[in-house]
Amino acid sequence: MLLSDFLRHDLLLAGTHVGCEHGVCGACTVIFDGVCVRSCLMFAAQADGHAIMTVEGLAPDREHLHPLQESMRDCHGLQCGYCTPGILMTMKVFLDETPAPDEAQIREALSGNLCRCTGYQHIVEAVQLAAERLRR
Amino acid sequence: MNFRLTQPAVLIDINPLTQFSGVQNCAADRLRVGALTRFGNLERDPGIARDLPLIDEALPHIAHPQIRNRGTIGGNLAHADPASEMPAIVLALAGKLRAQSVRGERWIAASDFFVGALSTALEPDEMLMEVELPTAQPRSGACFLEVSRRRGDFAIIGVACTVRVDEEGRCSAVRIGLCNAGDRPIFAADASGSLVGRRLGPTEINQAADLVQGAIDPGGSIHASKEFQRHVAGVLTARAVAAANQRAQREY
Repeated sequence: MLLSDFLRHDLLLAGTHVGCEHGVCGACTVIFDGVCVRSCLMFAAQADGHAIMTVEGLAPDREHLHPLQESMRDCHGLQCGYCTPGILMTMKVFLDETPAPDEAQIREALSGNLCRCTGYQHIVEAVQLAAERLRR
Repeated sequence: MNFRLTQPAVLIDINPLTQFSGVQNCAADRLRVGALTRFGNLERDPGIARDLPLIDEALPHIAHPQIRNRGTIGGNLAHADPASEMPAIVLALAGKLRAQSVRGERWIAASDFFVGALSTALEPDEMLMEVELPTAQPRSGACFLEVSRRRGDFAIIGVACTVRVDEEGRCSAVRIGLCNAGDRPIFAADASGSLVGRRLGPTEINQAADLVQGAIDPGGSIHASKEFQRHVAGVLTARAVAAANQRAQREY
């Protein structure tokens, strides 16, 4: 059983999406031992004993969103939302490692996540805004 | 497996074998990279930029950051995709690969390792354990260039080049390797040999680029015709050789 299927069907955490199931689209990206990985390219059994964070773990509590989520909302960085969880997880680790990125660095970090709706511009702006908010 | 092309009866997860991950010096001019070393670890290793500049320059082209966090150099080499960067680099560096089985171990030269598309010299009961590569030496330079449709896509063509020069600035050693130029990584022997002993200017470099174009057999795909691949191979060869030569001249 793939990790992506385990998260969605066994743990009922459907925030992790499956777009291509062969590692290209990035919709299934989760954080595994602190780094971003494709959950569609791992077996659930391989996660035994490791730490996983999915998009459900991003917001600090039920009343508040993570600055990345707020910024994506404020900058209209999503339309259908299918790619969004994968992008949020990728950008969370990216901003942890690179708190003050320039646009080129953001686009490079986004290169592993495909979006069919937005054309990426508003996603880049959302990340810039989130970086600013996180630095405050 | 995700393409449902293979359904192995038995699958063994070797990820826990962390002792086979890591980079070790084994001599003043060589080091060994464990098969389970992840590309992400190579990216974050400051020694790689100094000792294996060809790999350092290629890493951003290998798939995507998320793939590089899990993908290993051994997995990549054993998979032997002809479009993959690492086989072409290991071939250009004339690396050696250590295979192990219950019968014992053996070292396989890169030139013998890649035998066809997705095919290596590994026997069915052998596992790739490490790869031995030469480190960057004084008066040498390296350059890796790749063209692809989008960042992280398979290369339309990739060129890996190392150049070493003597005290007079003449080329004493050249190796040019290519990916996606055939059913396996290509070492352009004629083009490489044509440059040895000469001072590298535009004429010599363009001659080498022409020889490369004649030596390869790209398959074409929906992303690029064979003719375009051949054209790109010539252009990238010229640029990579020029850059590697320039970097070699700067070293002293």
